[in-house]
Amino acid sequence: MWRFITMRLLQAIPVILVVITATFFLVRMAPGGPFDSEKPVTREVKAALEAQYKLDLPLYQQYFSYLGDLAHGDLGPSFKYSGRSVNELIAAGFPVTAELGLYALLVALGIGCLAGIFAALRPNTPQDYIPMSAAMIGICMPSFLLGPLLVLVFGIYLDWLPVSGWGDIPGDKILPSITLGAAYAAYIARLGRAGMLEVLNQDYIRTARAKGLPEWQVVLKHSLRGGMIPVVAFLGPAFAGLLAGSFVVETIFQIPGLGRFYVQAAFNRDYTMILGTTVFLSVLIVLFNLLSDILAAWMNPRLRAQYGK
Amino acid sequence: MSTRQNIVDISQAEQGTSLWHDAWLRLRRNKLAVLGLVVLVLFVAIALLTPWIAPYSYQAQDLELGASPPSAAHWLGTDIFGRDLLTQIMYGGRISLAVGFVATSVALLIGVTWGAIAGYVGGRTDAVMMRLVDILYALPFMIFIVLLSVVFGRNMLLLFLAIGAVEWLTMARIMRGQVQSLRQQEFVEAAISLGLPPSTLIRRHVVPNALGPIIVYTTLTIPNVMLLEAFLSFLGLGIQPPQTSWGLLISYGAETMEEYPWLLIFPGLALALTLFSLNFLGDGLRDALDVRGAKD
Amino acid sequence: MVTGVPENHIIRALFEGLAVKNPYTLEPEPGVAESWDISEDGRTVTFHINPEARWSNGDPMSAHDYVWSWKRLLSPAMGAEYNYMLFPVKNAKAFATGEITDFAEVGVKALDDLTLQVTLTERTPYFIQLMDHYSTFAVHRPTLEKFGQATDRFTPWTRVENMVSNGAFRLKEWALNRRIEVEKSDTYWDRDKVRLNGVVYFPTENVVSEERMFRVGQLHYTQSVPLGKIPLYREMKNSPYVQAPYLGTYYFLLNTTRPPLDDVRVRKALSMSVDRDKLNKTVLKGANVSAYSITPPDTLGYYPPQLFSYDVERARQLLAEAGYPDGEGWPGLELTYNTSEDHRKIAVALQQMWKDALNIEVTLTNQEWKVYLDSVTQMNFQIARRGWIGDYVDPNNFLDLFLTGGGNNNTGFSDPRYDDMILHQAPRAATREERFEIFYRAETLLMEQMPIIPIYTYTSKHLIHPSVNGLPSNLMDSLNLKYVWLDKDWQPEEASD
Repeated sequence: MWRFITMRLLQAIPVILVVITATFFLVRMAPGGPFDSEKPVTREVKAALEAQYKLDLPLYQQYFSYLGDLAHGDLGPSFKYSGRSVNELIAAGFPVTAELGLYALLVALGIGCLAGIFAALRPNTPQDYIPMSAAMIGICMPSFLLGPLLVLVFGIYLDWLPVSGWGDIPGDKILPSITLGAAYAAYIARLGRAGMLEVLNQDYIRTARAKGLPEWQVVLKHSLRGGMIPVVAFLGPAFAGLLAGSFVVETIFQIPGLGRFYVQAAFNRDYTMILGTTVFLSVLIVLFNLLSDILAAWMNPRLRAQYGK
Repeated sequence: MSTRQNIVDISQAEQGTSLWHDAWLRLRRNKLAVLGLVVLVLFVAIALLTPWIAPYSYQAQDLELGASPPSAAHWLGTDIFGRDLLTQIMYGGRISLAVGFVATSVALLIGVTWGAIAGYVGGRTDAVMMRLVDILYALPFMIFIVLLSVVFGRNMLLLFLAIGAVEWLTMARIMRGQVQSLRQQEFVEAAISLGLPPSTLIRRHVVPNALGPIIVYTTLTIPNVMLLEAFLSFLGLGIQPPQTSWGLLISYGAETMEEYPWLLIFPGLALALTLFSLNFLGDGLRDALDVRGAKD
Repeated sequence: MVTGVPENHIIRALFEGLAVKNPYTLEPEPGVAESWDISEDGRTVTFHINPEARWSNGDPMSAHDYVWSWKRLLSPAMGAEYNYMLFPVKNAKAFATGEITDFAEVGVKALDDLTLQVTLTERTPYFIQLMDHYSTFAVHRPTLEKFGQATDRFTPWTRVENMVSNGAFRLKEWALNRRIEVEKSDTYWDRDKVRLNGVVYFPTENVVSEERMFRVGQLHYTQSVPLGKIPLYREMKNSPYVQAPYLGTYYFLLNTTRPPLDDVRVRKALSMSVDRDKLNKTVLKGANVSAYSITPPDTLGYYPPQLFSYDVERARQLLAEAGYPDGEGWPGLELTYNTSEDHRKIAVALQQMWKDALNIEVTLTNQEWKVYLDSVTQMNFQIARRGWIGDYVDPNNFLDLFLTGGGNNNTGFSDPRYDDMILHQAPRAATREERFEIFYRAETLLMEQMPIIPIYTYTSKHLIHPSVNGLPSNLMDSLNLKYVWLDKDWQPEEASD
C-alpha cells in the first residue's frame, strides 16, 4: 500500500508540472491582457505596468522565473489586487471554500447515500421512486436556480435565514451548503442506488440472504462496501469539483471563497492568480483522486489484496 | 456453481443477438421505461418538425406586448420581447437535445474506452492514462473555452467537442473503477483462462457488466451538458441570439423568476421531463440488460 | 451605514481631494484646500491648503504632499491608468511620456507648506473638478516610502494596519470579497460635520443578490437595481427606488473602415431605424433616456445637436441609395457585445428592428469581457457596443473620444477640422458660451458622419433606505459621505390595511 501511495505522489510531480506549463502558455495566448479595461490605457502606461510585473521579459524567462519562485513557494503578486500576493489571497479564500465544500459534501453524502440505499432495497416501488424523483429534481436544478429559490423562500418570504454572507450572521452558512450539496446529493443517490443494486444481485449477497442473515446486516456488512464503489470513484473529482464549482454559490451568497477568486482571475486575466489557483487546485485534485482510489481499493477486498502485496 | 452459470451466459452472448432481443422484451414489460421512451421520441419528433409546426416565428418580436403570462393566444406566455414562449422552447429543444445527445455520446465514447483500457490493462499504462485525466481536470476550463472560441469562432461541432472533452473525464474514472473491480471477478478470470482476446473480453463482458453505473451516469450527464451549453454561450462559444436553447431560457428565466415566473417554469419543465424520461428509460435499460438479475 | 459599491466610493470615503464637489450642486467646494485663486488668463491656479487638514496619523498636510504625489502619479514607471487627469498641467504629459525627466519643469510648485501653485498649458475650466477625481488625491509619503519606492505597485501600504489617509473616514477592516469597513476619522478637518460613525461596504458582482440583500434589510444603499425589478419598485409607496440622469452614454461603435459601414448612408440608415423611445419604454423599463448624440444633454448647461430622429422611410431611402434597396444585396453585418443580460436585450431588440425596418440581417456575437475589449481595440468588429461614463462634467470629456487616433475612438473617424476645434479652438475660447458653441459645431461634424449609433443616456439607479438622508442624486452619481446621515428615529410606516 505504501509503495502505491509513494508511486502516486511521485507521479503527481510531472502532472503538476504539465498543468503549470500548459496553463502558463494558455493564459498568455488568450486575448486581452490583465491591464486592458473599458478605458484603454496609453501605450506608455501599459508598458510601465508590464515592466512592473515583469511582463516585458521574453516569455521563456518569465516562465523560468515563475518556476523558480514557485520552487520557493512564492506564487507571485496578484495583478488585480495590487499589493496582495497570490499566496495571501489563496490563504484567505481557501479555508472559506473548504469549509463550504465540507458542509456541502456532508449534506450530499448524508442525503445521497441514505436515499440511494433506501431506494435500492426495494427497487421499482414507491420507496424507490420517491427519493429518486427528488434526486432527479436535484440534478436538473442547477445551483444558479436552486440558490435564488432557497433565498426567496427561506430568506425573503419566510425570513428564517440570512440571504448572504459567510460567518457574519448566525445561520448564514446553511443555505449555501445546501445549495452546493444538493446537486451532488442527487448524483450520489443515483450512483449509490445503481451500485447497491449491482451488489445486491451478486452471488455472495444471495448466499448471505440465503443463510438467513437479517436484511440490515446484509446491507451494512456485505453490500455497502461494494455498492459504494461508484460513489467513491465519484467523490475524488466531486470534491475538487465542489471547490472549483463553488463559484456560482459564492457569487449568489457573497461568500469570500477561492471559487470566486478562481473565476474572477480568469475573467481579469490575472495571470499569476490563474496560475496560482490552478496549481493549488491541481494539487488538491491529485490528492483527492488518490484518496478516492485508496478508499476504493480498501472497499474492494480483491484490489486491496493486490495493492497489499 | 456460479462460475458455470456465467460461462453459460458468455456462450449465449457470443451466439449473437439473443441478449439484446431478451433485453428488448424485458424493457417492453417495464411501463415507466416505455413511457420515458415515448416522451423522448415525442420530444425528438417535435424538435425535428418544429420549423413546420411552431405556432409563431421564433424571431418576431412584439415589444409593446413584452412579457405576458400564458393566454389563449400564447399558451405558455411570451418573453420580454413579446416572443411566443412555446415557440422559443420548441426551437430551444432542437439545440438542447442535439447538444445533450451528441456531446454526451462523445463523452461516453471517449470516457468508456479510456476508462476500460486503463482499468483492464492496469500497470504503467493505467498510471499514464489516469494522470492525463488528472491534468485535464486541473486545467482552467474557462481559459480553454475562451481560446477555443477565439481560434475557431462559433460552431456547433466545436461546442459538442468542448463539452464532450470535459464530461468524459469523470466517465473515465467511473469506468476504470468498475473495470478494475470486475476484472478480479471469477467469470472474467474464467473467460481469460478460456483464452478470449482482451478486446473481445472488454467489449463482450466487461463493458456490459459495467453498464449499470454508466447508464446512470450518462442519464445524469445529459441534463448537465444542456446547462453547460448555456454557460459556454456566455463565454462566447456556442449559439447566438436569436437562436436559443433550454439552458439559456432557464438562465434568463432564473434572473426574473419573481417577476415573470413562467419564463422559468416552462423551460424548466421541458428539461425536467426530458430528464425524468431519460432516467426511467435508463433504469429500465439497466434492469433489462442486467444479465444476472435477469436470471431471477 | 451599509452599501454595496465599487472601489472608488471607498477611496473617496478614505481620501479627500484639494477641492470636492457639493453633492447637491456639483459646484466645487473646499476640501483639503480651503480656497484657491485662478489667475486672469486662467492658466495659474493657486491652492491654499487648510492648516487644519491632517493625515489620519495626525501629520499635518502640506503642499509638498501634492508635489510628491503628483510626481508619483505622473512618473512613467508608475504606469498609472489615470495619469492623463493631470495632463492639463504644463509639461505633465511630457514628463509622463518620458520626454522630460526633470519634474521641476512640470507646472506644480509648493510655494510654501500651505500654498500649491499649478501652472496649466491652456485655460482649463474643468481643472478644479479634477481635484475631486481620486487619481489626483495625495498619498502619505512617509508610509509609502517605508514600504518601498514611490512607484512600486506591489507594497503593503494599503493594508489596514499601514494605511494613512486624509478623508472623513479611515480604514477599519478590509476582507477581500467579503466586506470593507471604514470608521469616522477623528483627525479630519471637518469632522464636526461628519454624522456617520462608519460605513460597511459589501463587494458584489451580482445586482440580483444586491437587491435581495437590500430587501431583507442587510443594506441601506445599493449600487444598482436589476431592470426587471424597477417597475415593481416604482409602484411602491414611499419607494426606495431613486433614478436620476447620469453623465454617460450608451452607444454602438461603427467600424467605418470596413464595408458596408464605410458608407455614411448605411451608417445613418442603421441609426435612424432604431426606435429608441420604444426600446426604452419596453425592454429597458423606462429606466433610461433616448440619446441622439454622444454628449449627454445638460452637461454643465451644454445641449448636443440632434441631427436626426426615428425615421424608417428616410432610413430605407438612404439604404436604397447606398445600393441595398429593401435589403437586396445586403452583405450581412455582425454586432459584437460583451456578455451581459442587459446588452443582450438591446442587441436582440436592435437586430429585429433592423430586420423589420430595412429587411437586413445582422448577426450577434457575444464575447467574454477581455476578448471583447481586444476586439474593440484592434477594431476587429463591424458594430460593437460601447458605453462612456464621464470623468468630469464637461463636453470635452465626451468629444475628445473621437480625436484622430484617440485610444477610445475605435471607429476610424478622423477629421482634422474636428481635431482642431477640440484641441485648439475650444481651450482658447474666452467665454463658456463661445466654448460651447465650438463644441456644438464639432459635435455636429461628428454626428453628420455617424461613426456611432447613440442609444441612450444613462441614469443612476439606486435603492436607498428611507432612513438615509443627505444623499442627493446628481449627474456624476457622486456621493459625499460627509453629508449623509441616518435618521435613528425612522420607523417603518404601519401598513394601512
